[in-house]
Amino acid sequence: MNFIKKWINTDAGKIPVVNTSLDWTDNFGTIKARLTFGRMNYKVEPGIYAVGNPNSDSFVFVSANYKMSFDVLRSNLSGIDAWILVLDTDGINVWCAAGKGTFGTKEIVNRIKITGLEKIVNNRRLIVPQLGAPGVSFYDVKKFSSFSVTYGPVRASDIPEFIKSGMKATEDMRKVRFTLYDRVVLIPAEIVLGKTYLIYAAFVMFVLSGLNKNGYSVSLIFDKGVLSILNVLIAFFAGAAISPLLLPWLPGRSFSLKGFFTGIIGFIISYYCGLTGNNALKIFAWFLLFSSAVSFLTMNFTGASTYTSLSGVKKEMKYAVPMQIAGAISGLLIWAIK
Amino acid sequence: MKEQIYLNNVVTLELDIDKCNGCMMCMTVCPHHVFESKNKKVEIINKDACMECGACEKNCAAKAITVRSGVGCAAGIIKGTLSGTEPCCGCGEKNKNKCC
Ligand code: SF4
Ligand code: SF4
Repeated sequence: MNFIKKWINTDAGKIPVVNTSLDWTDNFGTIKARLTFGRMNYKVEPGIYAVGNPNSDSFVFVSANYKMSFDVLRSNLSGIDAWILVLDTDGINVWCAAGKGTFGTKEIVNRIKITGLEKIVNNRRLIVPQLGAPGVSFYDVKKFSSFSVTYGPVRASDIPEFIKSGMKATEDMRKVRFTLYDRVVLIPAEIVLGKTYLIYAAFVMFVLSGLNKNGYSVSLIFDKGVLSILNVLIAFFAGAAISPLLLPWLPGRSFSLKGFFTGIIGFIISYYCGLTGNNALKIFAWFLLFSSAVSFLTMNFTGASTYTSLSGVKKEMKYAVPMQIAGAISGLLIWAIK
Repeated sequence: MKEQIYLNNVVTLELDIDKCNGCMMCMTVCPHHVFESKNKKVEIINKDACMECGACEKNCAAKAITVRSGVGCAAGIIKGTLSGTEPCCGCGEKNKNKCC
């Protein structure tokens, strides 16, 4: 393990001391996980870790066993002597695992027992990341263990400031954001994980492009098919990259409406590249296909955003999905017949 | 940048002010500053900003808050509909923020 500096002996056994700086293997691992390679298996062993030179009065920070969560925490603890209690969240990050309940009261209580945390520290305070709160009930933790929960800031980078001010988080530290940077780092995953849609769409367009009034023609596939695959690529790029980038500036609140507008951007790009043909009906078909497909792709970005509610997404889907389907089918029909 | 707000008037968040004991825990855990203190209790000041994460309900010892929590994720809902389960991800760790 590249991140373990040494081992120390405690009353609960040997505990690894970890580095507070990330080396190239950590950074390379982050890049790989961002690109979704091996992401489901990017884990650290649950248990107790140490940073700096902690003693029985030092803080205990709680984290998930997704390696990226663990890395973000330890890299923000330089100069701090602390323990880290890593929960078994199945290699899933804190917020996500809290939503599923795997980062939660039960796992905290169990992990305290399994690790013998009570023998290591005298203080009885756990600093739990605020985004773990959807899975954790502070009063149940208190009831079922001897520890009480203090919710730390949303972002680990605010921890030093949080500790300096006597465990007080400012309003800003309590709020999640969804900045341009936050959205940009999600784009690789959008592209990699959305590729199934891309492959299906490309396949359908390719096969359908052989259709014409007189039946089926293989030579048409190479004519029409190649052009249509370029269009599929543009639409995919619009949904997976342009929508996340422009999200706050796109008109409307619902993601499907925002995506409709990105679809139009994609359509305009395609039109000016001469990929929509010059028949008015066919251009219209492409307009329908672009707007409905990109609307759908963008709607899927709700899952990656930090502010959409389940009720809201359900509501938007109720009217958006039928329109997307209608748009896509009529677009396909017009396009295939023309 | 201005705070990003999703749809209006859809969230299921409810506060029973009579039960509230003013512990302010909901203000601590809420990532969207939906609550604000008022007269030694709290009030909902920005309901539309709520993402139904459920953190406040889970940490209100007085049981003054109810919200139907879940993941606001279209892919998760589609998946749930197709397999006849609750909307949930399992789409496996798409990103660091939320599961779907
Ligand atoms: S957590 Fe519950 S009791 Fe405490 S302030 Fe909020 S609503 Fe009131
Ligand atoms: S459900 Fe989450 S976002 Fe909504 S008010 Fe409660 S803590 Fe805030």
